Amino acid sequence: MESIPFYFLAALAVLAALGVVVMRDPVYSALALAVVLTALAGLYVLLSAPFLAAAQVMIYAGAILILFVFVIMLLSPGREGDAPRGALKWQRPLAVIFGGALVAQLALVLLMTILPTGRGLYTPEYLAQIGSTQAVGAALFTDYLLPFEITSLLLLVAMVGVIVLAKKKS
Amino acid sequence: MTVNHYIFLSAILFSIGAVGVLIRRNPLIMFMGIELMLNAANLAFVAFSRQLQSIDGQVFVFLILAVAAAEVAVGLAIIVALFRTRQTVNVDDVNALKG
Repeated sequence: MESIPFYFLAALAVLAALGVVVMRDPVYSALALAVVLTALAGLYVLLSAPFLAAAQVMIYAGAILILFVFVIMLLSPGREGDAPRGALKWQRPLAVIFGGALVAQLALVLLMTILPTGRGLYTPEYLAQIGSTQAVGAALFTDYLLPFEITSLLLLVAMVGVIVLAKKKS
Repeated sequence: MTVNHYIFLSAILFSIGAVGVLIRRNPLIMFMGIELMLNAANLAFVAFSRQLQSIDGQVFVFLILAVAAAEVAVGLAIIVALFRTRQTVNVDDVNALKG
């Protein structure tokens, strides 16, 4: 039941993620990133977290990606130049080898570990009954109120920092 | 679908993002690699949240979304400032701390 959409979205996410990495034109990379983010939103729905899926589409695929596209069009960097020079000549093949090693290590750890199972309050049935928005909101404004407020401060600091950085020197 | 499937997918996406940061020389695309890694971590959080039948993972993902938005805004502003002063978007050309 769950497996067909999972494998479809997983294959879509992995292929689009490879596209982000190998595309020569930054605009194509940004579009591939949009596909990854939307596929992950679909996976969140499968994991009975529809609120996060909506937030993912709005914040990531909406706001953050638009910011990326704006900056790409502002700078118009064009296609990437030559391969790394000098001391960094071996960086590309080494990066691919070590990336493969990273996947192998993580898969090995995953196969050797028995992941814990929990019997918490928020079963998928309970979440479907009360709605994941209400569940996340209740946790956010009770147990996690302080991190939530600190996040608002962080966003303010980021906004001021961006204005200072982007201001033209007079 | 067990949690292992989701964690394995998360590991693959994280590794692709890490390779992207290492092999590309355009800071914009290196940033997209960092976003891929953040999203892989988010997927692991949501998967464990369902596995442990707890809402905490979803709250963490919500906070990570806000932090990622702040990070992207500041990072892109740095790239724009860099382009203004050096007229390049190749990280190999940006090898001096003081410009």
